[in-house]
Amino acid sequence: MFSSLSEKLQSSFEKLSKKGRLTEEDINVAMREIRLALLEADVNYKVVKEFVAKCKEEASTEEVLTSLTPSQNVVKIVLDQLTHLLGDTEQGLVFAQNRIPNVIMLVGLQGSGKTTAAVKLAYLLKKKGRNPLLAAGDIYRPAAADQLEDLGKEIQIPVFREDGKDPVEIAQDAIKEAVDTLHDVVIIDTAGRTQIDEAMMQEAANIKSATKPDQVLMVVDAMSGQDIVNVVTEFSNRTDFDGVILSKLDGDARGGGALSVRQVTGKPIMFVSTGEKPSSLEPFYPDRMAKRILGMGDVYGIIEKAQEAADEQSLEDAERMLEQGLTMDDMLKQLQQVRKMGGVGKLLGMLPGGAKMLKQAGDKLDDGALDKIEAIIQSMTAQERKRPKIINGMRRKRIAEGSGRTVQEVNQLMKQWGEMNKMMGKFKAMTQGKKGRMPNPAAMKQMMEEMGLK
Amino acid sequence: MGLRDRLRRGLTKSREALNELFYFGGEVDEDFWEQLEDTLVLSDLGAEVAARVSDEMRDMAAKEGLTTASQIKSALAERLSLVFTKTAEDIFAENPVCVLFVGINGSGKTTTIGKLAAAAKAHGRNVVLGGADTFRAAAIEQLDVWAERAGVPLITRERGADPASVCYDVLDVAEREGKDFVLIDTAGRLHTSDDLMRELQKVVSVTRKRATMPVYVVLVIDATTGQNGLIQAQEFNRALDLDGLILTKLDGSAKGGIAATISHDLNLPILRVGIGEGISDLEHFDAKDFADALVGDLQEQKREQE
Repeated sequence: MFSSLSEKLQSSFEKLSKKGRLTEEDINVAMREIRLALLEADVNYKVVKEFVAKCKEEASTEEVLTSLTPSQNVVKIVLDQLTHLLGDTEQGLVFAQNRIPNVIMLVGLQGSGKTTAAVKLAYLLKKKGRNPLLAAGDIYRPAAADQLEDLGKEIQIPVFREDGKDPVEIAQDAIKEAVDTLHDVVIIDTAGRTQIDEAMMQEAANIKSATKPDQVLMVVDAMSGQDIVNVVTEFSNRTDFDGVILSKLDGDARGGGALSVRQVTGKPIMFVSTGEKPSSLEPFYPDRMAKRILGMGDVYGIIEKAQEAADEQSLEDAERMLEQGLTMDDMLKQLQQVRKMGGVGKLLGMLPGGAKMLKQAGDKLDDGALDKIEAIIQSMTAQERKRPKIINGMRRKRIAEGSGRTVQEVNQLMKQWGEMNKMMGKFKAMTQGKKGRMPNPAAMKQMMEEMGLK
Repeated sequence: MGLRDRLRRGLTKSREALNELFYFGGEVDEDFWEQLEDTLVLSDLGAEVAARVSDEMRDMAAKEGLTTASQIKSALAERLSLVFTKTAEDIFAENPVCVLFVGINGSGKTTTIGKLAAAAKAHGRNVVLGGADTFRAAAIEQLDVWAERAGVPLITRERGADPASVCYDVLDVAEREGKDFVLIDTAGRLHTSDDLMRELQKVVSVTRKRATMPVYVVLVIDATTGQNGLIQAQEFNRALDLDGLILTKLDGSAKGGIAATISHDLNLPILRVGIGEGISDLEHFDAKDFADALVGDLQEQKREQE
C-alpha cells in the first residue's frame, strides 16, 4: 500500500537524518525529492505544489534549522501536512436516525469497483448488525445485475433487481421492497459513467433526488492518475457525494490521485478496499495512513487486527508470553493468527519499516514459509514445544526428518524463536514505560536499529 | 466521429491547459517551461518523462532558435508522437489469429473483446469468443451478451472451471469449425498477485501449445490509470511476453499519457484505443493524432476564440 511513495519519502528522510545540521539547501533538496515522489505517486500536481510549499515554509524557519534534531522536526512537519492532506480525522457513514431504511448510493467511473464495493459495504454493515438490501441499478453493463446477485448470494445478502426498468424506478422500488421485507439499509449500485457523459451524470443526479440517500459514496480506483481530480470535481458538483471509497488499494497502487481527492473536493475518504474477499473493506484513518506512508508503522491497526482475530484466551497467552517468554506452541498459534489476520505480507506492511523489509524479502516472504514452519513445529514433542531450549542436535535431526524439512531450516526456526524472544523482552520494556502512550522513543529507536531499519 | 474528434472532445481540459500556455504566443520564459512540465505531468506521462521532455524541448528551442510558444508547440507534438512504439503490423488483420486479453480488474477487457468481435464479424471474419474469466461473478454472462450483440459464438465453461481448459476447448472448436478470429477473455488480476499471475502464465502457455494458429497476448489498460500503469505493464510483460496494448476509456477527460510511457519503455505498440461505450467505439491508434490531441491544435483554438 503506497509502497513506492513510502520508500522514496523515507529514503529522502534518511539522507536528512545523516546530517547533524540542516541548511536551506538541504531542505530544498529534500523538498525536491518529496515533490518528485508525490508526483510519481500520482498526487495531483497542484496539490503537490501546495503541499511542498507549505512544508518548505515551515521547515525553513530558524527554529527548525537550529534545533538539536532538525531532521526529525522536518519529518514531523511532513507527517503533519500529510495527515492534514489525508483528512486529519477519520469519518464514517452518517445515517439519519429516524429513517428506515437508510439509503446509500454508490457512484463512480466504469471499472472503478462499484459493484464489488457495494457487496463489501453490505458485508461490513451486516457484521455491524444491520440488515442490508442490495439494489442492482446498473442496467447498462451487460450482466452487472447478475454479478451483484452472485456476489450477494455468497455473503447471504439479498439483491433487488428489476430487469427492463429504468434505474430511478429500480432504486425507488428497492426502497419499497426494503420496507416490506424489513431491511434497514439499502445500498444502490449504479452504472459506471464518465464525468463528461451528460446523460449519465443526469441519471445519477435523478436517482439521487428520487431516493434522497443518507450517503452518496464515490468509488475511486487507487490506481487513478492525474485526471481523477477532474472526475471527482465533476461528480462532486453533480452528485455532491459525501465520501469516498478507495478501491484496489492492494497490490502496489500508488493512490496519489485519490489522496488528492480530499484536498480538491473537501470530501473525506471513508473506506479503503484492499483485497478480493468481502471482508476487505476497512475504515480509513488519515493519521495512521500518514504514519504508514512515512514508515512509522500502523501499530494501532495491528492491535485492532489482533483484537479481531484473538479471543480472550489468546490475550491471556500474550500476557504470559510477555512474562515468561515464548514457547513453540505460542509460535504455532501466532502463525495461525497471522493467517486469520490476512497473511504475513499484510501484517508486515503495517509494522514500522515493514514495507521496506517486505521489499527486501521479495518473493521469499509468502505464506508458504508459514506452512514449513508449521510442519517443523508439529514434528516437535510436547516438551520440546514448551521448552525449546532442550532441542539439541539429535533432536533437530529427528525433527527435520519428521517434518520433511532440512536441519538448516530447523536451525533457522530456532534462531527466529531466539530472536523473537529477545524482541519480546524489548517490547516488554517499551510497553511498561507508559501504558497506552507512545512507546518509549529511545527503546523504539534501539529496537529499530537492531532490526537494521533505523 | 473519428479518433481525432473523440480525443479532442475527451482531451478538452488538457488542451485548454496547454492552449492557455501557448495561445498568447509571445516569447517563452522560465514560467513557460515550468508550466509545460506541469502540464505534461497532468497528462500522466509521469514526472520523470515530463521533466525529460520539457528539458529536451528547452535545449531544442535554444539550439534551433524557437522563441514563440506556437513554434515550440508543434515541435512538442512531433516529439511526443515519437515516444510511441510503431506498430509493425496489425495483428488483428492476420488470418487466422488467436488473441488473449489480459489486464487488471476493471480495465475493460470484456468490453474490448465485444467491440473487436463485432468489427471483425462485419469484415467477414469467422469469429469465436472464449470466456476464460471463470472467476469473476457474471463475467461469462457479460461476455455472452456481447457475443449475442455481435452475433458470434461463445465457448466457455461454468464459473470456477479451469480457465486453461476453456482455451483448449475454444481452439478445438475453432479448428473443427474453421474459425479464423479467436478472442479469449481472461480474469482480471492485479499484477502483484503471484498465484494469479502464474495461473495466467499457464493459460497462455496452454493456448500457445495447443494452437495451430498464431497466438498473441494483449494487455488492456485503462486510460485513467496513473503511474502504476507502468509497473502493471512491466509485470504482465515479464510473465507473459506481451505483443501489444489496448488503451480503453479514453472517452473521459483522462489523457492516457501513461500509455505513451508504457509503449516507449516496453517497446509495445498500441493496437487500438477505446473511445466510447458503443459497439463500434474502438479505433486504430495514430500516434500523431494522439500527440496532437494531447497538446491541442492551435489553429482550432484560435477559431474557437474568434
